[in-house]
Amino acid sequence: MKWLIDLFTSSLGRKLLMALTGLFLISFLVIHCTINAMIFYNDGGTTFSHWGHFMGTNPVIRTLEVGLVAGFLIHIFQGLLLWKRNHQARPVKYSVSKDPKSTWYSRSMGLLGTLLLLFLIMHTSHFWIPNRTHQFTQGEELPLYNMMFEVFSNPWVVFFYVVGCVSLFWHLLHGFASAFQTLGLNHLKYNGIISFIGTAFSIIVPFLFALMPIAVYLKWIN
Amino acid sequence: MKITLKVWRQKNRTTKGEFKTYQHEHVSPDMSFLEMMDVLNTELIKKGEEPIHFDHDCREGICGMCSMYINGHPHGPLQTTTCQLHMRTFKDGETITVEPWRAQAFPVIKDLVVDRSAFDRIQQAGGYVSVNTGGVPDANEIPISKNIADEAFDSAACIGCGACVAACKNSSAMLFVSAKVSQFALLPQGHAERKERAEKMVAQMDAEGFGNCSNTKACEAECPKAISVSNIARLNREYFSAMVSSYKVTVGGGE
Repeated sequence: MKWLIDLFTSSLGRKLLMALTGLFLISFLVIHCTINAMIFYNDGGTTFSHWGHFMGTNPVIRTLEVGLVAGFLIHIFQGLLLWKRNHQARPVKYSVSKDPKSTWYSRSMGLLGTLLLLFLIMHTSHFWIPNRTHQFTQGEELPLYNMMFEVFSNPWVVFFYVVGCVSLFWHLLHGFASAFQTLGLNHLKYNGIISFIGTAFSIIVPFLFALMPIAVYLKWIN
Repeated sequence: MKITLKVWRQKNRTTKGEFKTYQHEHVSPDMSFLEMMDVLNTELIKKGEEPIHFDHDCREGICGMCSMYINGHPHGPLQTTTCQLHMRTFKDGETITVEPWRAQAFPVIKDLVVDRSAFDRIQQAGGYVSVNTGGVPDANEIPISKNIADEAFDSAACIGCGACVAACKNSSAMLFVSAKVSQFALLPQGHAERKERAEKMVAQMDAEGFGNCSNTKACEAECPKAISVSNIARLNREYFSAMVSSYKVTVGGGE
């Protein structure tokens, strides 16, 4: 077992964990975004609630949810640890840094991740935590569709949700392709398609997410 | 040309350094950056001051000694070594800030000179092919495709200057280590020791206190030898496959 510990405590192994959990969280975003986009049917929440109920009660999904929480925790703690170590690797900073030859968002994954963490705390305390607590104590789900209208009636909440989505866009724009590079999946034949899918994904998913609170607030959905 | 130089002066490893400003009145646009430093140092010596210490050796862009962080970039604004950087790159009257490489693993020895022996220790950990004695093998005895030969050669072009570490916001040595692992991993001669090599060189890299790669690709953009980050992906592949598949043979019998 020593080799396994050596692997995941090495600098490359820690990055491997970041990449694997990152891609797992990306796969979660696909499901989350698809189901939430059901509100755009504008059918009074019938389709949305049907799938919401499935996600909240299906035993397979509920088991995977444990993995999802673990994925989030590993990604967050490993990310913060790497950020700390990377800072320690340069104790004296440069006095001049101009025209850097890398993108600002690739250098700011820690900052963007922290913004996403703050968003995640706000978002889960709006929906996921109260819903699961209610399920656990009362044995039944909360009316998420109605709660959404209540939460998104506050313009500040809508604003912070949009900020969260913008942070997600920049985080994914670097993170998606970066995960493949860390996994060693770099090949002239496939680099183009990975980068294309990564860019498309990081635009489409955060855009759809941001549209949800805006659409509710502006009463495009009722 | 007239130049104002802000240079990092530090007496030794333990003392705290600071910037000192020098007015340089006699700069020819055709001078290399190092020649400009030589002229300044001659003036300092004449004045009885301590000259500015900096590393240099070949002065033709292949030794990787001239580690200067100039105006926010390793080896200055061009993607080259400091010795191949000419003063015509700068404007007349410009203020140029010169700092040493900044990394925990590259401690400053004096002024602009840093200790890059961490790279030597990584190389010694596995960056070689064990050569057994015997007759010289025939040339072209082992067929290697042109693609692979070119790629290995490009990786081997790394001069170990440390610009990747200096450019990286995390002071990561991944580009250097990946180039050194790649040049052997690509060729049949390097295959015998490839797993051991990847494991040992990465372990040494971590022990030296370099940061972690976050794929910003600043290293590739600043590397004077244009080493590609595809080497880093290869190092990741080499390391992961080595870690999950390598084993030590324990001789049975006896105990």
